[in-house]
Amino acid sequence: MASHPQTPPKEGFSHRTLERNITLLGLCSLVAVAIGGIVEIAPLFWVDSTIEKVEGVRPYTPLELAGRNIYMREGCYVCHSQMVRPFKDEVERYGHYSLAAESMYDHPFQWGSKRTGPDLARVGGRYSDEWHKEHLKDPRAVVPESIMPPYAFLAEKPLNAGDMAAHLKALRAVGVPYTDKDIAAANADLSLQATADADASDLQARFPKAQARDFDGNPAMVSELDALIAYLQMLGTLVDFKAAQAQEQPK
Amino acid sequence: MPAALAKSGGLFLAMVVALVAMAQAQDTAFAIHMAIMALAALIAALAVIATADVNARLGHDESVYDDAPIRWGVIATTFWGVVGLLAGLFIALQLAYPVLNFNLEYTTFGRLRPLHTSAVIFAFGGNALLCTSFFVVQRTCRARLAFPGLARFVFWGYQLFIVLAATGYLLGVTEAKEYAEPEWYVDLWLTVVWVSYLIVFGGTVIKRREPHIYVANWFYLAFIITVAMLHLINNLSLPVSLVGAKSYSAFAGVQDALTQWWYGHNAVGFFLTAGFLAMMYYFVPKQAERPVYSYRLSIIHFWSLIFLYIWAGPHHLHYTALPDWAQSLGMVFSIMLWMPSWGGMINGLMTLNGAWDKIRTDPIIRMMVLALAFYGMSTFEGPMMSIKSVNSLSHYTDWTIGHVHSGALGWNGMITFACMYYLAPRLWNRQRLYSLRLINWHFWLATGGIVFYTASMWVAGITQGLMWREYGADGYLVNSFAETVAAIHPMFLLRAFGGLLYLSGALVFAWNIAMTIAGRIRAEAPMTETPYDARADRPLPDPASAPASAPGALQPAE
Repeated sequence: MASHPQTPPKEGFSHRTLERNITLLGLCSLVAVAIGGIVEIAPLFWVDSTIEKVEGVRPYTPLELAGRNIYMREGCYVCHSQMVRPFKDEVERYGHYSLAAESMYDHPFQWGSKRTGPDLARVGGRYSDEWHKEHLKDPRAVVPESIMPPYAFLAEKPLNAGDMAAHLKALRAVGVPYTDKDIAAANADLSLQATADADASDLQARFPKAQARDFDGNPAMVSELDALIAYLQMLGTLVDFKAAQAQEQPK
Repeated sequence: MPAALAKSGGLFLAMVVALVAMAQAQDTAFAIHMAIMALAALIAALAVIATADVNARLGHDESVYDDAPIRWGVIATTFWGVVGLLAGLFIALQLAYPVLNFNLEYTTFGRLRPLHTSAVIFAFGGNALLCTSFFVVQRTCRARLAFPGLARFVFWGYQLFIVLAATGYLLGVTEAKEYAEPEWYVDLWLTVVWVSYLIVFGGTVIKRREPHIYVANWFYLAFIITVAMLHLINNLSLPVSLVGAKSYSAFAGVQDALTQWWYGHNAVGFFLTAGFLAMMYYFVPKQAERPVYSYRLSIIHFWSLIFLYIWAGPHHLHYTALPDWAQSLGMVFSIMLWMPSWGGMINGLMTLNGAWDKIRTDPIIRMMVLALAFYGMSTFEGPMMSIKSVNSLSHYTDWTIGHVHSGALGWNGMITFACMYYLAPRLWNRQRLYSLRLINWHFWLATGGIVFYTASMWVAGITQGLMWREYGADGYLVNSFAETVAAIHPMFLLRAFGGLLYLSGALVFAWNIAMTIAGRIRAEAPMTETPYDARADRPLPDPASAPASAPGALQPAE
């Protein structure tokens, strides 16, 4: 079918060599496709400036992590980004543009690719727990234009996150600096953070700025809704951007 | 017979292992998946036993091509195509009418969207690639498929992968990385299937009777190798428990993001482009009965395409926390990618040199030309959208969704349908397709569908992008996010209408293929008529002997 030139092969390299040897063709293809990834991705692991040094970023508490896993399970990333771009309108709408450091413990990242709903990188503290509860139960009850699916079942499902110590251990193995104490206390931390008026001082010492309360307003059980709201309420709250405000002094 | 016994014994053992894993499972989803695995192993074991003496008697006839897995592949492609498009229409309607989420966890948009994307890309597109590659590699190597047993494993193993992935999405089992959602154990299963695929494909090329490896096979080979590389690296993750579904990605944050989009963009570049170009390189020349336009162009565009594509991933991360140097590199390579992409389009279109009339007379050629036209359009639009200033408007909006669908519906869909129309009568040994006129219906329904889809998504994307950044005279943002959602509702309706048209076309396609397989031939007028008028087809009478003409009749001039 293809009109191969019928001239005898020239001296030196000819593409005919590749066309007659699948091993060579396969190897050359592999080399051709490997180069781009090596040049672009590999330096991200060793160039120091890739991730800025920022105060305040810490690993997730067990409850936040369980909430994040629910966020992933429900495919929230399909419609919500967690990546504010450095444009005036985005910064005014969502807050300070996102830093690489803020997702340095995110296995996997959840930057998203589509905003069918708004960006959530800094949604923490923006709405009350009660608002989140109503909004997740019936989004159109609080935002009439919303096209988000309702997640009423979250409030009714007890949080069944499995052994959180195993989760923290797996994350430590891929590079998240959880301490032995974090791992030992993981399951206790999980329920403690979702309990009203519990003594969370030890948790907050290990996880600064961790918020502990009954997020879903239902003291009878720790629900999936507790975990998800705990996660949403901490998003973007760890880094103090006031410290990075205008540095030039008025003359 | 002993081989069959050993095989079925191994499968029973696999079933027992799956059942033990099910009993030990940490979560319900994992238990359900292990039950599916056990069931699959049981069915396979029974099938091996049931067909043991048939296979032993028949042996392998090296004088004919091994087409059984290709026939299954055509049926699977048709089936998954309809399923994937149906899922797409449904989630499009969910975006217009959120009540369709039914307030159930299994039917929310967030869980159904990966089901739609995986069904069309990996189930519909993947089956099309598997069956066409098995067809093409045998014909262009003039050799029967190597390792027939392994080829059957590839087909059924891939279907099992699809079932595990799809049920996983509904159950909420996901790695939450777009187009790579299946969890670690499903990834491992796919790896086994994929390596087997490489062995069957490579083995067949090695036993070829032709001195040269035909260009379509270069593209298939690059597609198989690159997808293996992407799949393995992007899915590196650590399971929390060996009997649980959950795992954590080996990479975090910015590194994970670029690894993911290196994968994601090249799922487009190699799964949906290189593999489908391979289909183009065989089926377009065959259907047109013309040689490929340029052998040199195919060499240049093959190597430049596979080399450049892999660099383009960072354009999915413009203006994010990814370092600027990586973004710029991604943009530059994305723009360069325009040229090899059009090299492929030109090589395909110019193959019709001297046969352009077939666009009028052959509906399959017409479909192929439309596919190549959409390939050209979306590979122009892509580099344009990768320019950072354009991307600042288009990113995060429905413009991206429209772009993807002009490629997926226009290029991947149409070239696949055309190949299936080519294959069905040949594989089932039919005189012709059930109906050529139905292809025409399919063509126009699909084309109309794509026009509605892409046009509405352009409008929706640009509208929303502009509304997000709109400032009033007072210096404040004009629109709340919710207002921008309400503004694009009419576009969501038009998009769903476009999807409905495209799905209708696919149903016509499925009907045509099914009737062809059933051996029916529709009685219909042929696509082209040879004009013939018996009354006009005779010599003119002698004017002298003509009867006295009626008044007003024309007389020959003196």
